[in-house]
Amino acid sequence: MNQPRHTPAKVIPIATASAAAPRQVSLYEKQKKIYPRSVHGWFSRWRWVMVWLTQAVFYGLPWLPWNGRQAVLFDLAARRFYIFDLVLYPQDFIYLTGLLVLSAYSLFFFTAVGGRLWCGYACPQTVYTEIFLWVERRIEGERGARMKLDAGPWTADKVWRKTAKHAVWLAIGLWTGFTFVGYFTPIQTLWAQSFTLAFGPWEWFWVNFYGLATYGNAGFLREQVCKYMCPYARFQSAMFDRDTMIVSYDAARGDPRGTRARNADLAAAKLGHCIDCGLCVHVCPVGIDIRDGLQYECIACTACIDACDGVMDKMKYPRGLIRYATQNGLDQHWTPQQMARRIARPRVLIYGAVLLAISAAFIASLAARDTLKVDVVRDRTTLARLVDDGRIENVYRLQLMNATEAVQRYRVTVHGIPGAELPEWRELEVQPAQARWVTVAVRVPHESAQALGPGAHPIEFRTAPADDENAAVTEKSTFIVPR
Amino acid sequence: MSDFFNSGWSLYIAIATALSLLACLALLIIAARRRVMANDNTTGHVWDEDLRELNNPLPRWWMWLFVLTVVFSAVYLAFYPGLGSMPGQFGWSSVAQYQDEQAKARAATAPLYAAFAATPAPELARSAQAMAIGERLFANNCATCHGADARGSKGFPNLTDRDWLWGGTPENIAETITHGRQGNMPPIAGAVGTSVDVRNVANYVLSLSGSPHDSIAASIGRPKFAVCAACHGADGKGNPALGAPNLTDKLWLHGWGEDAVVAMVTQGKSNVMPPHASRFTAEQIHVLSAYVWGLSNRASTTP
Repeated sequence: MNQPRHTPAKVIPIATASAAAPRQVSLYEKQKKIYPRSVHGWFSRWRWVMVWLTQAVFYGLPWLPWNGRQAVLFDLAARRFYIFDLVLYPQDFIYLTGLLVLSAYSLFFFTAVGGRLWCGYACPQTVYTEIFLWVERRIEGERGARMKLDAGPWTADKVWRKTAKHAVWLAIGLWTGFTFVGYFTPIQTLWAQSFTLAFGPWEWFWVNFYGLATYGNAGFLREQVCKYMCPYARFQSAMFDRDTMIVSYDAARGDPRGTRARNADLAAAKLGHCIDCGLCVHVCPVGIDIRDGLQYECIACTACIDACDGVMDKMKYPRGLIRYATQNGLDQHWTPQQMARRIARPRVLIYGAVLLAISAAFIASLAARDTLKVDVVRDRTTLARLVDDGRIENVYRLQLMNATEAVQRYRVTVHGIPGAELPEWRELEVQPAQARWVTVAVRVPHESAQALGPGAHPIEFRTAPADDENAAVTEKSTFIVPR
Repeated sequence: MSDFFNSGWSLYIAIATALSLLACLALLIIAARRRVMANDNTTGHVWDEDLRELNNPLPRWWMWLFVLTVVFSAVYLAFYPGLGSMPGQFGWSSVAQYQDEQAKARAATAPLYAAFAATPAPELARSAQAMAIGERLFANNCATCHGADARGSKGFPNLTDRDWLWGGTPENIAETITHGRQGNMPPIAGAVGTSVDVRNVANYVLSLSGSPHDSIAASIGRPKFAVCAACHGADGKGNPALGAPNLTDKLWLHGWGEDAVVAMVTQGKSNVMPPHASRFTAEQIHVLSAYVWGLSNRASTTP
């Protein structure tokens, strides 16, 4: 293929095998356990803030009371979804769709601007791995101590440490599973049942399933999820561009790497700022070397930034050898301000605009939502009847769905055909969050029917709360005049 | 029970399934063979001047999950149907599962229905809970023919009009629902006479209910009514034992007017209510009969 060759901005050398002899490699390799070293810094602090925030919401929300029930409850058996004041029916699934579309555009927008912000700060896999790692550090020690413990023999010390760690992990996992199920079965009920282990069969299954999944994912799988299972890693290259802020090693500044004395003259020693301490590799939870450039495994957790900044401080060099930068910015040696100006580029602006528009539409739609839904089902077997005095009658079943948490009284009227009426004036009572079927017959006088002629004619049912005529809901149907 | 016409197909599917499972394992084993890598950690091939293929290993746990799925499949196929028409150790079938669910539902509602079974129908018709159940049973099973409001249609009786073709006691209604009814009006024009005779007797029939008719034709046709009286009674008031309608009321199930009556006499009619014994338990029929009886024996309902 004779295409003009594109000269890449940076050629990443493929890691060469050490020996000259060819080696045999299996297609399946046992994962090497990663022992991330603990890290402290500005970014690390913000990550823990996010951990606390997300977990406070997740674990706390089911316990919040509202209107005499749980604030957030997805009652699958009764098919009602309570979110604070909202009572949502399965017919409201369009809002879930809207939420998913919003999530998709948020994904595009935030990823285009700042890379894998979700992965590093909010993803449950990262959050739970962080929590489990914290437990592991408290019980087994820092990176070196952990590695020694795992490599060493099974002493009494190792046994109790491992047992304690797994016990705490399992407890956290089960509590997570319990909380998750508490969104579907009222958590206060679950809590009461837990003392006598009186869960229902499905509650048993899901508590254990999510508990074990949390334990397995955060305790064992960890970065394997990010590397092999999560699609985010793979399509990030489609969502990034050269102006996306990513965790980058400033090779121009850092290379050539090497150890040196504290106050050594860098120009004379022909060295960059990187002292090759390897801390950025030690703290990395996915086990990569960020100095090789952007890699699909990198979840942008910014532990390497904090680690390197700490080292830079000790060496009295400026911070930011590893920092958030864009590829364009690094290549062309831009200042942070210049890089920031590139945020307002067409891709980001369009995503942002769409995101704003959809959010506005979503909120407006929710706010203007009718709390009464009506469905008209006309009888299909008794299409039309002749009643006494020549009137034509059609039978319908109306389903009135009350999406509030108060008893509602509704009135139904029929319009569209002169003289059409419901023979019994109807005020119907519907319980909170209940759907009720009512059978109604619509009668049309002989003259009107004759004027219409045989066939199907449109009519509409207007249902209004007894005390608020303006909140009427109109549903269309047809009235059939027989030949 | 096999869904296949020929047992050969069952064997074909069983063999194909088993072979596929083995093929999956074989694929895994073949692919797991250790390969020789080139010096630069690639497979050694170069395409388009500088395109090389790395061979990054898959994690071992992925391979074990794959093996687990094959093992799971084998275990599943041993216990559940999947290898052709072999039923599996558990003997599961969707029909049996359905019947199990039905039996469970019946067992769960049995105490409720037992209480209802002991209550006579008129009292049951005043119980809100029983009538709510009756309403749902009616809506799911009877409304398709008798209408959502039970007022019927041409050929399907109105259940709210206090008129009963086969008797209106709760016991009669229960019998109707259980065993069904077969109403037979024979084409009896031959016994009546000529077509003119048929017209005359039709007018007489219309006169019985006070409907518009030709009085002269009616009086001529009156003696011919003896043919009809055998089933409909000398006074035309009908015979519930035979399902013969009352000809003196204003209810016309199969059409109104002279032409309709002439057609009825000439062609006859067979009208069938299907039996529901296999669809309901006796207790359910009791509740349903009380509901239907209540439709004709109450003032019009308010919701």
